[in-house]
Amino acid sequence: MARRGPGALFNVPASTNPGVSVRISMTVNGAVQDHDVEPRTLLVQYLREACALTGTKIGCDTSSCGACTVLVDDESVKSCTMFAAQADGRSVTTIEGLAPEGALHPVQQAFQDNHGLQCGFCTAGMVMAAVSLLDEIPNPTEREVREGLEGNLCRCTGYHNIVKAVLAAAGSAR
Amino acid sequence: MIPAAFDYVRAGSADEAIAILSEHGDDAKLLAGGMSLIPLMKLRLSTPSVLVDVGRVADLSYVRDAGDRLAIGALTRHRDIETSDVLAEHCGVLRAVAAQVGDNQVRHRGTIGGSVAHGDPASDLPAALLALDATFVARGRAGEREIAAADFFQGFLETALAPDELLTEIRVPKTGPRGFSYQKFNRRAQDWAIVGAVAVTNGATRVALVNMGTTPLRALAVEAALAAGAAPADASAHAADGTEPAADLNASPEYRCHLARVLTRRALEEAAT
Repeated sequence: MARRGPGALFNVPASTNPGVSVRISMTVNGAVQDHDVEPRTLLVQYLREACALTGTKIGCDTSSCGACTVLVDDESVKSCTMFAAQADGRSVTTIEGLAPEGALHPVQQAFQDNHGLQCGFCTAGMVMAAVSLLDEIPNPTEREVREGLEGNLCRCTGYHNIVKAVLAAAGSAR
Repeated sequence: MIPAAFDYVRAGSADEAIAILSEHGDDAKLLAGGMSLIPLMKLRLSTPSVLVDVGRVADLSYVRDAGDRLAIGALTRHRDIETSDVLAEHCGVLRAVAAQVGDNQVRHRGTIGGSVAHGDPASDLPAALLALDATFVARGRAGEREIAAADFFQGFLETALAPDELLTEIRVPKTGPRGFSYQKFNRRAQDWAIVGAVAVTNGATRVALVNMGTTPLRALAVEAALAAGAAPADASAHAADGTEPAADLNASPEYRCHLARVLTRRALEEAAT
């Protein structure tokens, strides 16, 4: 019996076919977005380049750092490790869509109040991961916040104030 | 990092996916949550010319009580496993292990079937399913067949699935809400295990190891020692017997063997409480 092994995985020659474009349509921050994309277009590229929403960052590009975190149907995902075509027909929320122009979402406000950011590069992803976490666990313990944000790396603020911010946001939503 | 180009086909059903796989053979790959495949494609270690997206085959996402065992759809996400009430009551170990896969974002996308079919010895769920003596159901053009977990993992990223087969269901025994432990040792919260040990007590105690070879492994020498009446501390001394773990930047083989013994002892002690 033929087996699905490393040979099948590693030795397939790269396709010379550019990949037939696919038409995809999704709701991004409440507005419908329709675009023709190459199938290999990652969701983060789609959001930044096709939708011109550059709040979502590309950090490690290997699904480790969480800077690219967005919500798909209200759940956090790493948009560098999802094809745009997989989000076809779904509802996507980015940092730009959390609150009306000029206003801050309670989690954003809590990050500002608690010095939960410094350089800001991880912040969009941190906030989106926190929004998803609070949706699943409205009143988390400090440990649950720390574990819930394990997929997001910060390299300057440190995590203490971020955790404080998320706990404060949970309190303000109560 | 951008993957090599491919054609994208979304399958509406398991049978449609199998038909597309049959048409394209080894040039096609199945895409479920993508948490294992997309990183490999971005590194161009995997360059399928056709990607068959089964992520929307909704009827393969379920956890069902099937009498003397549980049936889990291959496309059930880690998130749905870690929050399953059925598993909390009847197979707590699977719920606990799923909760340690990656991070929240990964668990929102990744599926149990994807993890199993990928066949990575460093993954958490394959070892747990090996300890549970799970049965995997594969569907191909000729129909369905059952594959025992012990026969399924055949080498590094190599499984018993044929190129035109789709893993549809995972069947596990009812082991109850307690009597298990998963000891995962890693450097950073979301990393793969450097070594992991899972123990499940259901009458006899079974132990499986993560990242101690090219496949997930049963610690058979430990199980035999326990069956002969050895205490956990003595039985766990055999955890690395017969293993040939790899060296990488995280650990030497000797260190991995040490970890296997220590983690197995902790797993056995916790499973007994």
